[in-house]
Amino acid sequence: MSEAYRILAEDVSYTYEESPSPVLKKVSLRVKPGEFVAVLGHNGSGKSTLAKLLNGLYIPTEGKVTVCGMDTTDEDRIWDIRRSAGMIFQNPDNQIVATVVREDVAFGLENLGVPHDEMLARIDKALAAVRMTDYAEHAPHTLSGGQKQRVAIAGILAMAPLCLIADEATAMLDPSGRAEVLGTVRRLNREEGISVIWITHFMEEAVQADRVVVISDGEIAMEGTPREIFTRVEEMRRLNLDVPQMAALAAELRAAGMPLPEGIMTVEEMTEEVCARLCPSN
Amino acid sequence: MRKAMSIELRHLSHVYAPGTAFSSVALNDISLTVHDGDFLALVGHTGCGKSTLVQHLNGLLKPTDGQVLVDGEDLNGDKVDRRKLRMRIGLVFQYPEYQLFEETVAKDIAFGPKNMGLSAEEIDSRVRWAMEKVHLNYDKLAEKSPFELSGGQMRRVAIAGVLAMQPDYLILDEPTAGLDPHGRDRILGIVKDLHEGGTTVVMVSHSMDDVAQLATRVAVLSHGTLKAEGTPREIFRQREMMAEVGLGVPAASSLCAALRARGVDLPDDLYTREELKDHLLRLWKEVSGC
Repeated sequence: MSEAYRILAEDVSYTYEESPSPVLKKVSLRVKPGEFVAVLGHNGSGKSTLAKLLNGLYIPTEGKVTVCGMDTTDEDRIWDIRRSAGMIFQNPDNQIVATVVREDVAFGLENLGVPHDEMLARIDKALAAVRMTDYAEHAPHTLSGGQKQRVAIAGILAMAPLCLIADEATAMLDPSGRAEVLGTVRRLNREEGISVIWITHFMEEAVQADRVVVISDGEIAMEGTPREIFTRVEEMRRLNLDVPQMAALAAELRAAGMPLPEGIMTVEEMTEEVCARLCPSN
Repeated sequence: MRKAMSIELRHLSHVYAPGTAFSSVALNDISLTVHDGDFLALVGHTGCGKSTLVQHLNGLLKPTDGQVLVDGEDLNGDKVDRRKLRMRIGLVFQYPEYQLFEETVAKDIAFGPKNMGLSAEEIDSRVRWAMEKVHLNYDKLAEKSPFELSGGQMRRVAIAGVLAMQPDYLILDEPTAGLDPHGRDRILGIVKDLHEGGTTVVMVSHSMDDVAQLATRVAVLSHGTLKAEGTPREIFRQREMMAEVGLGVPAASSLCAALRARGVDLPDDLYTREELKDHLLRLWKEVSGC
């Protein structure tokens, strides 16, 4: 099967059993190997439903989802699908199952029947990848939120996934915890080529993605690079979303007559553009 | 003698499980006063003791050492009417919507006032008042089950339940956690209006941009101690200290520092987008000559 796309959703609709109308309407999404896609949308837009459709936790009411070429309706392959597309959720405390970090990472492997020696090797590698080796024998409840999320990620890594789906994985963390978790996932994305679907309410996080998909009322409302998306300030606000502080400031300055280019998103970019116009040496 | 409205923490320490093998110091010798009319932001990394501190402010936790004085009275003293004092201090927990339990929105909000022993008419008028304060339509929502509402609406019901007791002090522990930008702005707008209406506010937050927008004072906690305290302007110019405690500063403050380092003539303590915008436009007009 084609390795052109790790995840392929085609015209996917989903209706909850007790609900009269669909929460997702004909959504199509293609995620390439090594791609980092951020998904934005207001609460209730259907983001989390989409995430659960992408690894077979939900089955589309209409349309089709394939993960690494495997159709999520194929019950014989559902475990392969979930192993290929690991998922990390919002609440760090709901994802820890064991009383020692190492055992928590081992949990998924034990269920797969991986030989003991290989299991140990995979656990060590996964803990090293999220930089939690020193905590292998610690009790999870003594860790910070960011550390717990990294342990959860290690549990997924041990299964050697090709995709990682994160559903607001940083929502409950403090700023350093958020940076720690996003940094870890970014690195795994770059170094291991794991495709990432990063659902978030933090616009500053979406800046780091290759591509941004905006969902509103169950449909894809906008799609593009972060630079393209965050230049459309008014449109984003109409969708009850926001743009990074620097993108908002750039738009305000432009509106007031300072000629700044479009597409500014970060403090570094803003510094360069402002200096080019104001700095004494220029 | 004039009795100033305030909550004063005097040399407050709190130790969890003292005298056991699991004993841990959560707060260490904190002295801090919340004055009448303050909007105090309480910031710090996870596990720094913010939530423990907040629970002392209305007597849910008792200090291991030190005192909590509410308008000069020791909240944990022998002779005080603790119940009465505590009613003046409304506490909104993290994810307060998890604590909704009644059959209808109106009943849930009425729970506090009912416990205060108010008359039926007074309770009804407070429920209506509180719903208005949090922008929930009484006619549409009062008789609905709180569990049919959206996450953002549920959170506003929970806040209304605290407001209905009409506390003088409102304490909120990360009121915008997990909300989308629109829901966040809505809650922050509500808190801002309450503060402008005379309520003294203490808000725990992880968002320095939110703190920059709203707070009149900032207290920085780190590992159970009070690391710094002051106006947002005083706190956010201490960029290294804020990075050290794992918090960072508002984006506007970072930009201000980066531009100054490159020789742009800006004051060193700008921290809101609005004021930075004004300064940059002023400089641009000087340079471009228009």
